[in-house]
Amino acid sequence: MAESPFKADIERVQKEYSEKMTPGAIAKIPGSSVVNKTGSWRVFMPDFNRDKCVRCYLCYIYCPEPAIYLDEENYPTFDYDYCKGCGICANECPVDAIVMVRESK
Amino acid sequence: MPVRKVMKANEAAAWAARLAKPKVIAAFPITPSTLVPEKISEFVANGELDAEFIKVESEHSAISACVGASAAGVRTFTATASQGLALMHEILFIAAGMRLPIVVAVGNRSLSAPINIWNDWQDSISERDTGWLQFYAENNQEALDLILIAFKVAEDERVLLPAMVGFDAFILTHTVEPVEIPDQEAVDEFLGEYVPKHAYLDPAKPITQGTLAFPAHYMEARYTVWEANENAKKVIDEVFAEFEKRFGRKYQKIEEYRTDDAEIILVTMGSLAGTVKEYVDHLREKGVKVGAAKLTVYRPFPTEEVRELAKKAKVLALLEKNVTFSVGGALFQDFSRALINESEKPRIVDFILGLGGRDVTFRDLDEVMDISKRALAGEEFDEVNWIGLRKEVL
Repeated sequence: MAESPFKADIERVQKEYSEKMTPGAIAKIPGSSVVNKTGSWRVFMPDFNRDKCVRCYLCYIYCPEPAIYLDEENYPTFDYDYCKGCGICANECPVDAIVMVRESK
Repeated sequence: MPVRKVMKANEAAAWAARLAKPKVIAAFPITPSTLVPEKISEFVANGELDAEFIKVESEHSAISACVGASAAGVRTFTATASQGLALMHEILFIAAGMRLPIVVAVGNRSLSAPINIWNDWQDSISERDTGWLQFYAENNQEALDLILIAFKVAEDERVLLPAMVGFDAFILTHTVEPVEIPDQEAVDEFLGEYVPKHAYLDPAKPITQGTLAFPAHYMEARYTVWEANENAKKVIDEVFAEFEKRFGRKYQKIEEYRTDDAEIILVTMGSLAGTVKEYVDHLREKGVKVGAAKLTVYRPFPTEEVRELAKKAKVLALLEKNVTFSVGGALFQDFSRALINESEKPRIVDFILGLGGRDVTFRDLDEVMDISKRALAGEEFDEVNWIGLRKEVL
């Protein structure tokens, strides 16, 4: 998986939040949405077949999270920390390179 | 010099608010606490209180405006009763969860249906699980004092919880009594200027309040509310002591009256304590070993003090103006919980009385004593008793 472009933000916010719980559960600095990983909500996960991919980037464009990045060779790669498993990428893919499969925990 | 004036508990609450100098008061009128915001709006209009008085369209909005103002970083106050407090219910949890030291004066009134505007404690007792601190006043002076104390406790760094102060509908809210109004300077010294410790809006230092917490954090957030409630026990004692030093009036979480050699102790809250104390005097003249105890603080529940009280008596008779279904009264549940693991405990008898403003007379209290004496003698007794119930109409 490619490194998240938010890595620096994540580390900054995680450092802040590793401190004690604030009174009233106040989020002291902006950026908490980055550390609140939404991947745990997922039931179905996208299964990506790199051989079929034509690099049209429709998945990348349509991902509402956005949890799809491009790797060094400009192929899409999925960030499962934030992918909610909505299946829009699989639906948009014109060559069926993405299939939603039930995620076993 | 402190001034003595005759006033209703509602006015006393408004005076307490005036002395505490809140910056925002948002309120909606509801019987019997209408006079509180009415009087405050007068103070604001006369320039005697420098505050924003927000006229809102419901109690839900009143407390929401208070939450907003408190989150922005100012002292806030409101007053309500009964259905109004029930309408605030949702936001009461938010205020406690966000740890905002709002103070609410509650004119304790029964809940519908059938609609009834008179006194019992069902409204604030129903909110006992919201995380709010709860104080109950016996008379108009206590209504004023406890509101000042509530501000001081609520705003303490170790607590940071909202607080409600209950005073009985009509029995106190509309009854005129002499009340000592402390000096503004003395109150200023006692309370100090409100400096928000955590919750304040500052564009230079952006924060998110009332944020979403995932399962990974929600439980810890709730625990901090629990912890703050536990901390409040110690803080309340400190504030009571400081209040006594400054103003000379002594408060305790549980105030005892002639309990030294008592076999039966009548436990109650609010204005009923006055009646019960007089009744105790009346019985003491006849040589009956009976005492009274009054809970000034209901949340946090004074567990330690209850255990101490329990050591002094063979029977604890709980006199309650509220109903918790399948249990009896809320106090019965709390007292049972406090004493369940004690090796030696008194018998606890629960009495539900005075609902919806029905008078509690010496004759009712005689009935309470009859059942309590049966419990003392080891005879059979009902754990929950409805006193003054008109069985002939059932």
